[in-house]
Amino acid sequence: MLEIIYQFISQNLLLPITTLLLPVDYQPQGLLMLQTVIKILAILIPVLVTVAYFTYAERKVIGFIQGRIGPNRVGFFGFSLWGLGQPIADAVKLIVKEIVIPTGSNRFLFVMAPILSLAPSLAAWAVIPFDDTKVLANINAGLLYVLALTSLAVYGVIIAGWASNSKYAFLGALRSAAQIVAYEIAMGFALAGVLVASGSLNLGDIVNSQSGSIIHWFWIPLFPLFVIYFISGLAETNRAPFDVAEGESEIVAGFHVEYGGMAFSVFFMAEYANMILIAVLSALMFCGGWLSPFQGIPGLEGLFAWVPPMFWLLAKTSFFMFLFLWFRATFPRYRYDQIMRLGWKVFIPITIFWLVVVSALVITDTPPWFN
Amino acid sequence: MADKIKKYINSLFLWELLKGLRLTGRYMFKRKITVQYPEEKTPQSHRFRGLHALRRYPNGEERCIACKLCEAVCPAVAITIESEPRDDGSRRTTRYDIDLTKCIFCGFCEESCPVDSIVETRIFEYHGEKRGDLLMTKPRLLEIGDMVEKQLAEDRAKDALYR
Repeated sequence: MLEIIYQFISQNLLLPITTLLLPVDYQPQGLLMLQTVIKILAILIPVLVTVAYFTYAERKVIGFIQGRIGPNRVGFFGFSLWGLGQPIADAVKLIVKEIVIPTGSNRFLFVMAPILSLAPSLAAWAVIPFDDTKVLANINAGLLYVLALTSLAVYGVIIAGWASNSKYAFLGALRSAAQIVAYEIAMGFALAGVLVASGSLNLGDIVNSQSGSIIHWFWIPLFPLFVIYFISGLAETNRAPFDVAEGESEIVAGFHVEYGGMAFSVFFMAEYANMILIAVLSALMFCGGWLSPFQGIPGLEGLFAWVPPMFWLLAKTSFFMFLFLWFRATFPRYRYDQIMRLGWKVFIPITIFWLVVVSALVITDTPPWFN
Repeated sequence: MADKIKKYINSLFLWELLKGLRLTGRYMFKRKITVQYPEEKTPQSHRFRGLHALRRYPNGEERCIACKLCEAVCPAVAITIESEPRDDGSRRTTRYDIDLTKCIFCGFCEESCPVDSIVETRIFEYHGEKRGDLLMTKPRLLEIGDMVEKQLAEDRAKDALYR
């Protein structure tokens, strides 16, 4: 389906454009560039729509857990449609609001910070494989690329806190910096476990090395790493229960107190895009990515053979995205020293220990994962 | 010692967090208690204290005798009364103002009234669009009283049992 649409656009829109506008020598490169742009749009537009509706899902899910019904008024063309128009109304409101730049702030950094936090979380999608063939950049060091880009997100937060010239923003930035640095290490070790288990840094190869059946997925041999990766992901994205960087009860809103309108909403989008990214990465590295959960089960495998592989990836991602919301509705915020203790004194030792266990399992070719 | 180990293992396997998740997960499927306000409304007590009104006797005579007890008892000093003898010699108000922006809806005026004249109705959905809209005057209070007299009489009859 997607391939057919892509071929159609490529043949009937991009090919004529390149042949008309470019000299013959540059046509292949031009076509490749336009095709890449189309692929980028095909990834980013759904991601941004998901970001918008993720905020809606968050309000709805947390409302349901608290015995409320959440937004249900804003709809389309006079129909309320369970409030599905809410994210669009919010977006319009934020776009038309003024962006106030504080007098004492560093103007350039103040404007750069939201961009710096959103751009890496979108750029990381370049290496996410949606199935065996659908990947924008099939690079060998995909895992390193993802780790690098998710670490970059902290710069947006720090620069925002610094450029705002406000004590609350500064405190939020410092908290966030310390927290992200601490959990980055545990996260890196968790990913190192995946790397040892699969023997590859390429995300597609990682998924393929999990094929077999639901018990072949890495969530069983790497279970502690899986849990630690997801919890570190919560801490990395400054989500509850690790949202001390925002800490509205102590430091108003943390690093983005001084931001309003679209500048604020870019931070907001970055946070949600990061959550989706963590969810999709958890699905890829520990839960078999696009592999069907019925693989290897005689009757059911044939029954679900018609389901596109991408569906399984999206379903798993949605589950992890739901976990983010569920955790936020359940857990109170950690005290700051407890966050540090958890990161440095619990997660890092466990990950290092489990790295040894995984290495032992790999060396001894333990079935059913590593034989 | 065994207790300590048990506690340590429980915290390592996030046992209590999982219990918390189970609880919130169950609440997700419980019945929602939201009242969708303009379409649905919560039940009101017959003692509800909303917008004020001045009542009349069934023969159309206004009840207020300008005793000024309400003015005296009002903790927010929201009531202003001026009075004069009427042509037939009875004591009546010439001015009865309630400043709703001062009023705290405590109901003391209603309690203090010896003739059940000043009352608080069940009306709570009102607003002012210009300055002075929330300064109630005697004619406006009487008008509200005429509008909801039936409800007021019913509510007073219901409450009489407990007085």
